[in-house]
Amino acid sequence: MHALLMLLQDEAVKTSLNNNALLGAGIGMGLALIGAGLGIGRIGGQAVEAIARQPEASADIRGAMILTAALIEGATLAALVFALLFKLIK
Amino acid sequence: MIQAPAPDIGKVILEHTADSHVIELPFGDVHLPGPWYIPGTHIDISPTKHVVFMAFAAVLVFLTIWIAGRQVARRQREDKGPRGFGAAVEAIVLFVRDDVALASIGHGGEKFVPLIETFFFFILYCNLLGLFPWGATPTGNLAVTGALALIAFVVIEVSGFRALGPKGYLKTIVMVPAGMTGFGAVIMAVIMTPVELIGKIVKPFALCLRLFANMTAGHFVILSLLGLIFLFANWFIAGGTVAFVLFMMCLELLVAFLQAYIFALLTSVFIGLMQHEH
Repeated sequence: MHALLMLLQDEAVKTSLNNNALLGAGIGMGLALIGAGLGIGRIGGQAVEAIARQPEASADIRGAMILTAALIEGATLAALVFALLFKLIK
Repeated sequence: MIQAPAPDIGKVILEHTADSHVIELPFGDVHLPGPWYIPGTHIDISPTKHVVFMAFAAVLVFLTIWIAGRQVARRQREDKGPRGFGAAVEAIVLFVRDDVALASIGHGGEKFVPLIETFFFFILYCNLLGLFPWGATPTGNLAVTGALALIAFVVIEVSGFRALGPKGYLKTIVMVPAGMTGFGAVIMAVIMTPVELIGKIVKPFALCLRLFANMTAGHFVILSLLGLIFLFANWFIAGGTVAFVLFMMCLELLVAFLQAYIFALLTSVFIGLMQHEH
């Protein structure tokens, strides 16, 4: 009887831990995306402004914009992959 | 109305994006042999779905460049400009050479152009193969992108070592700011050395994760949207979802080109950083 109770309790603890991990992963994904959205939005806005001021430099500005956006995206995607690990690792 | 049990969409998505020994084709499944372990280890070297598609991508890269190159060379002998397929491939090759490799590496970048071109075309074909029905994306596998990033890492460090010499290369690890001497320089070196070492590892790690996560995320979004059809089993939802999936597929086409471009661009930027560190 005691062993059965222990087993049930153990199971309950395990599922609650897993649910909390999934909740944390979801919140983490949202936070990472807020940061990436702010960062990439600012890059895009400033780049459009810069191109409007100096249309002849648009090729250089576009290259720098894509490069910087890719660096931000890399950090964000690292966060998303680690959030995915919560789902994959049981 | 018969209610079918709700399918496990998450499981379907993970099975679809994961590597396996089965290739699903229109005329039935092809089972690949395996697992073949290297004796004494747990390293499996049998061909999987992603390995087959990676080899297919390599063959496609070879055929594209070979056919286009022969056409361009033949028309050059006849004193004419390239035409059709040859002109299209030549335009992409010239773009990668001039605007990606040479512009980012700077002077002395000619010897890296073949590597950057190969990265670009191989990753592009790997990305695009996943958008075909029954296709698979080899770049949606961490092992593949990790190997690509490892090649980039070795090229960045070895070319930096050869360009800077042993003393110059050591300066990229143990960084002492110019003009600082004595105690301050030692403190700075102790603080900055781990940072520089981590920076060397993080660059290829970010390259690897960026490519993997972009390709996997695209497939996840498309499959999740298609999964909504099976969850709701409703004509209106199906119509809206298919329209969304069409839009996502167009976005994926853009992302396939963009990620190949970004991998080539970042690799050449990192090579350029190491070449001119003085």
